[in-house]
Amino acid sequence: MPGNVPITHYLFLSTALFTLGVIGVLARRNIVIILMSIELILNAVNINLVAFSRHLASVSGQAFAVFIIADAAAEAAVGLGIIIAMFRNRGTIQADELDLLKW
Amino acid sequence: MSYGAQILRLLPEAILTVFGVAIMLADPLVRRKRALGYLAVGGLVVALLGTVLMVQQGWWGPAFSGHILNDPFAVFFRVLFLLIGLLVVCSSFDYLETNAIHHGEYYALVLFSIVGQGLMAASVELVMIFIGLEISSIATYILAGFRTRDVKSSEAALKYFLLGSFATAFLLYGIALIFGATGTTHLAEIRAALRAGPMGPMAAVAAALMFVGFGFKVSAAPFQVWTPDVYEGSPSPVAGFMSAGPKAAAFAVFLRVYLTALQPVEGWFWLLWVSALLSMCIGNFGALVQTNIKRMLAYSSIAHAGYVLVAFAARSELGVAAVLFYMAAYAAMNLGAFIVVTHFGGEGERHVSIDDYTGLGHRQPALAAVLTIFLLSLIGIPLTGGFFGKFYIFQAALKAKLIGLTILGVLNSAVASYYYLRVIVVMYMREPAPTSPPAARVPGAISFVLSVAAIAVLYLGIFPGDVLQFATRSAAFFR
Repeated sequence: MPGNVPITHYLFLSTALFTLGVIGVLARRNIVIILMSIELILNAVNINLVAFSRHLASVSGQAFAVFIIADAAAEAAVGLGIIIAMFRNRGTIQADELDLLKW
Repeated sequence: MSYGAQILRLLPEAILTVFGVAIMLADPLVRRKRALGYLAVGGLVVALLGTVLMVQQGWWGPAFSGHILNDPFAVFFRVLFLLIGLLVVCSSFDYLETNAIHHGEYYALVLFSIVGQGLMAASVELVMIFIGLEISSIATYILAGFRTRDVKSSEAALKYFLLGSFATAFLLYGIALIFGATGTTHLAEIRAALRAGPMGPMAAVAAALMFVGFGFKVSAAPFQVWTPDVYEGSPSPVAGFMSAGPKAAAFAVFLRVYLTALQPVEGWFWLLWVSALLSMCIGNFGALVQTNIKRMLAYSSIAHAGYVLVAFAARSELGVAAVLFYMAAYAAMNLGAFIVVTHFGGEGERHVSIDDYTGLGHRQPALAAVLTIFLLSLIGIPLTGGFFGKFYIFQAALKAKLIGLTILGVLNSAVASYYYLRVIVVMYMREPAPTSPPAARVPGAISFVLSVAAIAVLYLGIFPGDVLQFATRSAAFFR
């Protein structure tokens, strides 16, 4: 592999990002930050895909990563719209104050 | 194969996309939004005819470099999704008007969601599966929050969106790992690669991560937490839609991925076993204590996902056929029950408590009678579709020597009869209270949809042969 960076380094980076994202979703209370943490997980996936794609010399992983970037944009658009609707009705975007429907 | 010949393998989806875009374009020009609803009905009917044409002309086989496979399995699910779409759209006209949220994009979103579901059922490649899943999910997230002025609806949409995209992220991480382990995203090639080489831990981790993603979408325990909240807060026709369409689509890809691509990874059988048991228990015992009928149906939907997972755990052709039959029966009976809830809820969904149904049998005998048919079918009483659905599931499980799971499943359905019967008792054996909501006239569209759903439930219960034969032929992909 060019640059002599072994695949395990990429996998380690991606696992670290994935873990950070999961902790962010579970521990943070602000919904926008939860959304950002989900994006972090998606980027961990992208790093994985691109690294594997390079390692296996198969371009389909990179194509997949492009689809994930497009999907993350669509998801963020819808998600922010829903967050705005929530804020209008409720005046808050703290996850622990979403208690009208009991968990 | 030419591009045109390939698109014919996706004919229903192509038709629905055209109609969905047309509805979006016509929305600002049309003042009577019901006309857009009729356009959506037209689109669904044309797509159904397109599916029939596809079968008659024999447009089977792979397309788009093997990403799409048009087989009987895909056709079975598409017909199911289109019929679900018809029932949902027809039952939404009056609901949207009563709640003053009659916007054209509602119909477009339902159509787009069905496009995504159809793609899921027909794809045999993980990238396509992911794209189909997202087309279906993103449309459903918006539909869940469609009562934009209602705080519960926004909250439901937000919870569904956050947990849904979280689960999708797990699914994607699993897909990335399986790509790394095998170097391909085609289901058949993944299976070949896993069978040929030594299997590292990466494939097992991938199978577990993808289980989280699919488990969430079919609302199987322990990923079921969102279901009661989202069903309670969403508009009732949308809750019915979510319990039928996206769930069946998720089961379709769940079956395809685990029974073809990940079939050599044996470990997931126990995940499935535990998840099936947990779903049945959490669903049924959770439903016992509910006072809101939408929450009760949500817990019952978790329990039914558990029954379906029992048939899935059989990992046989019989099991797959049982899953398909059950999805059809469940769609008819559960959607029917949700349509009654839609009509009965009235403006702003005020009447969604089980107590509101007190004495309904005396005040509106016809409405109470159809609801009774749906509830009896959900219990699994003979002569209804639910009975044969459960019968085939437990038969497949027994043939696969899943004795323990079958016994626990049957015990669970006995528990379940309590909370369904409670609604029937409240409707027939109590006098209407003075606080009971006034009897509203049942609009024509609702009565039509309810009769169709009731006839479908009884048809599946009395003549299950045709649908079962279709399901058995569709299950042939698993060999």
